[in-house]
Amino acid sequence: MQTASETLLDVRDLSIEFLHRKGNLQAIHHLSLTMQPGEVLGMVGESGAGKSLTGAAISGLLQEPGRIKQGEIWFQGQRIDNLNDNARRQLRGKAISCIFQDPLTSLNPVLTIGQQLTETIRTHLPLTAAEASERAINLLTEVGMSSPAQRMHQYPHQLSGGMRQRVVIALALCVDPQLVIADEPTTALDVSVQAQVLRVLKRLCQQHGTAVMLITHDMGVVAEVCSRVAVLYAGRIVEMGPVAEVIRSPKHPYTRGLINSIPSMRERHAFLAQIDGTMPRLNTLPDGCAFHPRCPNVTEHCQRQQPDMQFKHLSQIACFNPYGETP
Amino acid sequence: MKSEKVLPPEVLSVRDLHIRFQLGREKRSALFRRGAKRELHAVRGINISIRQGETFSIVGESGCGKSTIARALAGLYVPSAGSIKFAWQAEDGNVGRVQNGTQMIFQDPYASLNPRWRIGRSLAEPLVLSKKVGSTRQARNYCGQLLEQVGLAAHDLDKFPHEFSGGQRQRISIARALATQPGFLICDEPTSALDVSVQAQVLNLMRRLQQEHGLTYFFISHNMAVISHISDRVGVMYLGRIVEQGTVEEIFSRPAHPYTRLLIAAIPQFDNPSTEREPIVGEAPNPMSPPPGCAFAARCRFAQPLCQQTMPPVHALSEEHQLECHFPAAVAAA
Amino acid sequence: MINDNLPVRRRTRMAQQWRAFTDSDLLWLFWRSKSTVVAFTCCLVILLCSVTSHWIAPHNVFDTTTFDLMDSELPPSWMSGGDARFWLGTDVQGRDIFSLMLYGLNISLIIGGISVLLSVMLGVALGVLSGYFGGLVDTLIMRFADAMLSIPTIMFTLLVSGVARVVIPKELMGHFAPAILTGAIALTGWMQYARTVRGLTMLEKGREYVMASRISGATHLHIMLRHIVPNVLRPVLVMATLHLSVAILTEATLSFLGVGMPPDQPSLGTLINEGNQYLFSGQWWIVAFPAALLVILSLSFNMLGDWLLDALNPKLR
Repeated sequence: MQTASETLLDVRDLSIEFLHRKGNLQAIHHLSLTMQPGEVLGMVGESGAGKSLTGAAISGLLQEPGRIKQGEIWFQGQRIDNLNDNARRQLRGKAISCIFQDPLTSLNPVLTIGQQLTETIRTHLPLTAAEASERAINLLTEVGMSSPAQRMHQYPHQLSGGMRQRVVIALALCVDPQLVIADEPTTALDVSVQAQVLRVLKRLCQQHGTAVMLITHDMGVVAEVCSRVAVLYAGRIVEMGPVAEVIRSPKHPYTRGLINSIPSMRERHAFLAQIDGTMPRLNTLPDGCAFHPRCPNVTEHCQRQQPDMQFKHLSQIACFNPYGETP
Repeated sequence: MKSEKVLPPEVLSVRDLHIRFQLGREKRSALFRRGAKRELHAVRGINISIRQGETFSIVGESGCGKSTIARALAGLYVPSAGSIKFAWQAEDGNVGRVQNGTQMIFQDPYASLNPRWRIGRSLAEPLVLSKKVGSTRQARNYCGQLLEQVGLAAHDLDKFPHEFSGGQRQRISIARALATQPGFLICDEPTSALDVSVQAQVLNLMRRLQQEHGLTYFFISHNMAVISHISDRVGVMYLGRIVEQGTVEEIFSRPAHPYTRLLIAAIPQFDNPSTEREPIVGEAPNPMSPPPGCAFAARCRFAQPLCQQTMPPVHALSEEHQLECHFPAAVAAA
Repeated sequence: MINDNLPVRRRTRMAQQWRAFTDSDLLWLFWRSKSTVVAFTCCLVILLCSVTSHWIAPHNVFDTTTFDLMDSELPPSWMSGGDARFWLGTDVQGRDIFSLMLYGLNISLIIGGISVLLSVMLGVALGVLSGYFGGLVDTLIMRFADAMLSIPTIMFTLLVSGVARVVIPKELMGHFAPAILTGAIALTGWMQYARTVRGLTMLEKGREYVMASRISGATHLHIMLRHIVPNVLRPVLVMATLHLSVAILTEATLSFLGVGMPPDQPSLGTLINEGNQYLFSGQWWIVAFPAALLVILSLSFNMLGDWLLDALNPKLR
């Protein structure tokens, strides 16, 4: 039964900190986002920006010394961040599913593909072994594996990287979750295989109506697969909106700098447009806006105060001096 | 009067390079009969010519042999057949390329520096080993200058690698590579492990250093966009062979080989996201047992029986542009 | 350009290192664990006593003129019949137990310490060679280690001691006993280091900084000594601390069995052996105090090594 508000995932003012003997380090600051059923949201940012951490908090995989300092996570109208471990585990795997970066370590090397699939299916659904096996074979066909019946008896090391990642996708989707959190699912794969795997992911999620939170540092992947994108910097979302708008006319100076620094095949210049400096570490965040030391649009106001998210056109920006629409 | 283009001198010439690795034996077929030798033929006949001051790139996916070539050029592997000749040396195959004016930078910034050594010692090591200085202390001022050249500070000499980010460590590796003032730099996927914004900084740094010092780069990557940006000439590798070679304009504007087209099509078009990418079929064959003919035949829509049986010859489409195929006209026209 | 000598600011660098150490996680973990602090203090006190034994021992037990059969078998000073000169009592020859313990401690620590040091050197050297070169060298060394591991420690050391006794004339045994013991214990301990180091060496060998060094013209020796060894020593340190208490106990066992240190240069084990005979005649102090010291000694080192194992584990950081 659908509740009045159809929102699938609602993260409200989430803050995550790491306990440290010298004082706690805050990694995520007041992060808020929503996801609708069936949509594909991209989380983009550099290493250390906090995108994997957000995914971990939502799926309940956040470990000590990290913990949620404040904020709430609502899933399908229910609050989930304060559930106990058992309830969280039931949720994870059934309603929220995860895909990680390295397909080699995501699969158990001593069990066959078939055993892993059927085990997962039977943990969450009341099926007999034969029914689970059949469902597994159907899934393998859906993800585009050739001769799925034979693959069921193979071990992970006998498959190539692309095929393993397809198995991981099949594992993630085998119990029909509402939300899949994919943390850099194609980073470890070759370019041509990457394209295939992304297409599989996109197609399956459209067919099953599954929402996907795609965590990546590759803007190109986001442009291919996602409908909305959130750009993270130093633990905050600095820009969030429809993919076409964010990529075509980025408004936050960081997003604009990021997109400009990607080498493009169309224009070849001697030097790429680079953003000077590096993203600050957790314990050396500057006052005010975290990006201001590197920002071309910086003013004195930026150095003292943290900008809130405001709506501009179809996107939300956290900036005092954003760019306008690109003509 | 025809104006003749004066080409810079050739600094590296690779002829018919083969590299094979012995990997133990197959299982025994009988008690006193050892199994057949298993061999990985990683590089199967490569011809490259690189001129001074240019950036020659090899692009290909994992398993195609590009890293193997890089290490062979660096002197870490001995060629099984063929030759590698630098302009300034007599013979090949010896470790210690620094004498030959060659250095290398690597992919993983976290493993490129000894974690227990201070940066100053790591930077001075090539100088100490090639006997240009007696000890790390003597090279201190020079190493400080090296660090400043790559955008860090001289006082960073006393720090340990773990105090730096990935991008900064890559800069330190570049500084170390420049310590002995080489003319030729082998770059094995130096930006693959870096974020996009850091990658831009490192690529810009490498370009600036090339202009300042007149360096020649041998650049390896699987990222076509990066290759298109920094290369002068490109070689596309597939399963141990270069299937297409040419200037960067020729390769990217008029790609001839189907595999090159596949690689270009596989790049996410983030500035034009609505275009649906070409369907890509199949995966690379097992490098342990390459087919006798063209390795790409199984995935090629122009394939004929001839392609699977015999090795395709090399055709010159233009002065620099070479294609390895049995049916160059049909393939290039498509 | 290259040959100038900028003065290295040594003092500020040392001050920097000291501050980094006092501020480090390691020290903080140390203070948090009360049992480790106690163990460390015990180790420190014991080591101090051992080093200063020559000065703090009230009697010189090696000089036969200083003790007197008339003083034999006196109980500890706080019991009736005890003598204030001999705090913990005397043994059958009239030697002060406390002084004997101090000298015995000295000998136990020296033999234990040097044998561990030799084990480490031998094990690390063979392990690095094995992991670095691979192939035939690796096979030979590792199979040799396997063979050594299949021989029980005590049996091997008994064998070595037994052979030594036959070969070396009785008068010279006193001189050679410590060296033989040390060598025997060292030969049984190197295998664990070799195995651990071999695996780590194979890992480090393939790293890019080693490749960079090779390209710059480094010899194999340079790479092994300067790159590989410093990076594989961390687990060795932990194992050595634990091994120290094992080595001390092994030496004590051998001396207890009578094939270790001779009675005129007693180690703690020899003392326990001697005292054991008198346990049921009532002179319990001859065995009790040396035994207690041995227990405290090996327990302290063991606990310290155990803590180091957790503290130096990078995954727990």
